Amino acid sequence: MSRSIDIVQRGLKRRYRAERRFQRLGLAAIVVSLIFLALLFASIVHRGHGALFQTHIQLNVFFDPQILTETDLNAADYSRLVKEALYAMFPAVSGRNEKRNLSGLVSSGAAYQLRDMVLGNRAIIGTHQEIWVPADDDVDMIYKGALARDSGRLSKDQLAWVDQLHSQKKIEKQFNTAFFRSGDSREPELAGIWGAACGSFFTLLVTLALAFPLGVATAVYLEEFAPKNSWTDLIEVNINNLAAVPSIVFGLLGLAVFLNAFGLPRSAPLVGGLVLALMTLPTIIIASRAALQSVPPSIRDAALGVGASRMQMILHHVLPLALPGMLTGTIIGMARALGETAPLLMIGMVAFIVDIPHGFTDPAAVLPVQIYLWADSPERAFVERTAAATLVLLLFLIAMNGAAVVLRKKFERRW
Amino acid sequence: MKMAFQQELWQPKELDVATDQLTRTEEKKELRIPAERAQSVGQTVGKPFVDNPRMICREVNVYYGDKHAIRQVSLDIARHEVIAMIGPSGCGKSTFIRCLNRMNDTIDGCRVTGQILLDGQNIYDRQVDVVPLRAQVGMVFQKPNPFPKSIYDNVAYGPKIHGLARNRSELDQIVEISLRKAGLWEEVKDRLSQSGTSLSGGQQQRLCIARTIAVGPEVILMDEPCSALDPIATGKIEELIDELRQQYSIAIVTHSMQQAARVSQRTAYFHLGDLIEVGQTDQLFTMPRHKLTQDYITGRFG
Ligand SMILES: Nc1ncnc2c1ncn2[C@@H]1O[C@H](COP(=O)(O)OP(=O)(O)OP(=O)(O)O)[C@@H](O)[C@H]1O
Ligand SMILES: [Mg+2]
Repeated sequence: MSRSIDIVQRGLKRRYRAERRFQRLGLAAIVVSLIFLALLFASIVHRGHGALFQTHIQLNVFFDPQILTETDLNAADYSRLVKEALYAMFPAVSGRNEKRNLSGLVSSGAAYQLRDMVLGNRAIIGTHQEIWVPADDDVDMIYKGALARDSGRLSKDQLAWVDQLHSQKKIEKQFNTAFFRSGDSREPELAGIWGAACGSFFTLLVTLALAFPLGVATAVYLEEFAPKNSWTDLIEVNINNLAAVPSIVFGLLGLAVFLNAFGLPRSAPLVGGLVLALMTLPTIIIASRAALQSVPPSIRDAALGVGASRMQMILHHVLPLALPGMLTGTIIGMARALGETAPLLMIGMVAFIVDIPHGFTDPAAVLPVQIYLWADSPERAFVERTAAATLVLLLFLIAMNGAAVVLRKKFERRW
Repeated sequence: MKMAFQQELWQPKELDVATDQLTRTEEKKELRIPAERAQSVGQTVGKPFVDNPRMICREVNVYYGDKHAIRQVSLDIARHEVIAMIGPSGCGKSTFIRCLNRMNDTIDGCRVTGQILLDGQNIYDRQVDVVPLRAQVGMVFQKPNPFPKSIYDNVAYGPKIHGLARNRSELDQIVEISLRKAGLWEEVKDRLSQSGTSLSGGQQQRLCIARTIAVGPEVILMDEPCSALDPIATGKIEELIDELRQQYSIAIVTHSMQQAARVSQRTAYFHLGDLIEVGQTDQLFTMPRHKLTQDYITGRFG
């Protein structure tokens, strides 16, 4: 009798040691991955936080009625208004080259800003207005300290002017609304991610609307209705294969089928969504089938036992129980679709698109493609915008995964 | 109407044959076959057939793939009776009882041959719809399996899908009556909106019984309904079974011979897929005719 308890006692220490070792190992794994995640975030935030602010210059603009002739306000020479305002601030500047340098301090976007003001309110023609306009990206970089003053991007004169503006408090960093409100641009100070965000939104909407119902329906059919034979085995193998196909292949398929055969518009969220739906479908199907399989058979028996039809059993009992798992799979698939670039390159979503898309067929970029495009641009100011766009993408992902957790909590039932 | 007519036409003829067969087998067993060889005999001892039965099973065989789980079982289930099915674990009691409302349809590779008639209609006929069949032949499972929904919804589900209640108050009434019959009402009347899975095991089982009787079945199949219950709850269920017998036919699988003796009028003894003996309960327990039955009820195995 006492012998077996002795043996147990002897082994006990070893067992607890193994348990502690295992716990420490798990903890270490978590710490390491958290450190890497923190490093990633820190580096992105460090590089990207600058993009939240943009250097602006205050100008006293005279909306000269002689330049803004009533005949065509759209095509008037607004950049001359900007230049005149600058020349008025620095009356000592003369000579063509100097003047060109001086007007180079201000972004070319200032002219559009003035045009929008005039078109919005014609009463300001003939008045003087104090207006903050974005500075050129080189001024912005040097003013923020991201570039050294002796980097050669600004001439001595220009640096002196900037210093003078600074002492007059006519240059300052302001919150970069343009970054969150506009589409892409060749000028970093005018480029924003709103266009790409809208493109991503429309694309994902198409993906979700197609992939979720199709995936769930496929899973339900295969799991609940399809006879188990070699055909369904074949289908299963193919679905599992599709899940592992490189995403670029789906892009090639989209190019060949949706663009060339069906003649759908290039660069459109509709096509992007279709391609990404194809890519996400296997993930959703596999996750949904696993979720269906995990519903205890006793619940099915219970439903059938009171005389529910197969459809009622599935709709009333099995699907609600499987839904959390299905949603998790769907959101994982959608998150992957959100970060996908390769297949979208094939269907032309890599184009430079300034306008913000308003529908599923407007040309659009998506967030990861925007990041790729900016990362490829030579201007120093795009570096911080690339990081900032990455941050926005990550926030999107966090929001989606958060939604997954919330939905799962909401639908999860215990028994 | 049509079904009743069929039944009357069919009834006497088959009964004659059955009793004929019966007398012959009885003679055979008792006179010529030594008890040791009885296991190999497929025929049933006792009285498997009754007058005016509700359900008739003839030469039922069940196969799970290649496994022959039920062999040539012929048995009647009378009106207003409780028939107990006993036998050692794995002998096919659950398998047989699940045939009676075609719950075996859901098992891949399960095949049923022979005839099972409910009020004269073969339930394995191609044109028979299992949905109304299962409303007529309700089932309580071995393991309590309430839906992960509220207590109210658990009971209301069946009446709802079959459209048994015209309005909310009728549904409320069905729920209350069913829960009262199952002896659960007093315990749960203040928390009908709580999850059915939050109940104790015994309460869950009574909830499942309430769910079954809420549909108003004519035959109730119970697969070890009391295996998770304490003696008090078991007593309640047994009272309920006795009460339900006034209206329904009940087939109950049980491992407790006391329970079989308490609640049932007839008892069927299964052994390795064979129906060995059927008889009046008191007679089967006091004077078993078959050696295997005797061994089982005297506790020599099983
Ligand atoms: N789904 C199945 N697939 C294959 N074989 C099965 C299946 N269900 C039951 N069997 C087999 O059929 C035989 C009868 O099983 P059954 O569940 O009917 O026994 P039982 O009499 O209800 O036993 P218990 O008293 O333990 O519940 C057993 O040998 C079992 O292994
Ligand atoms: Mg059983």
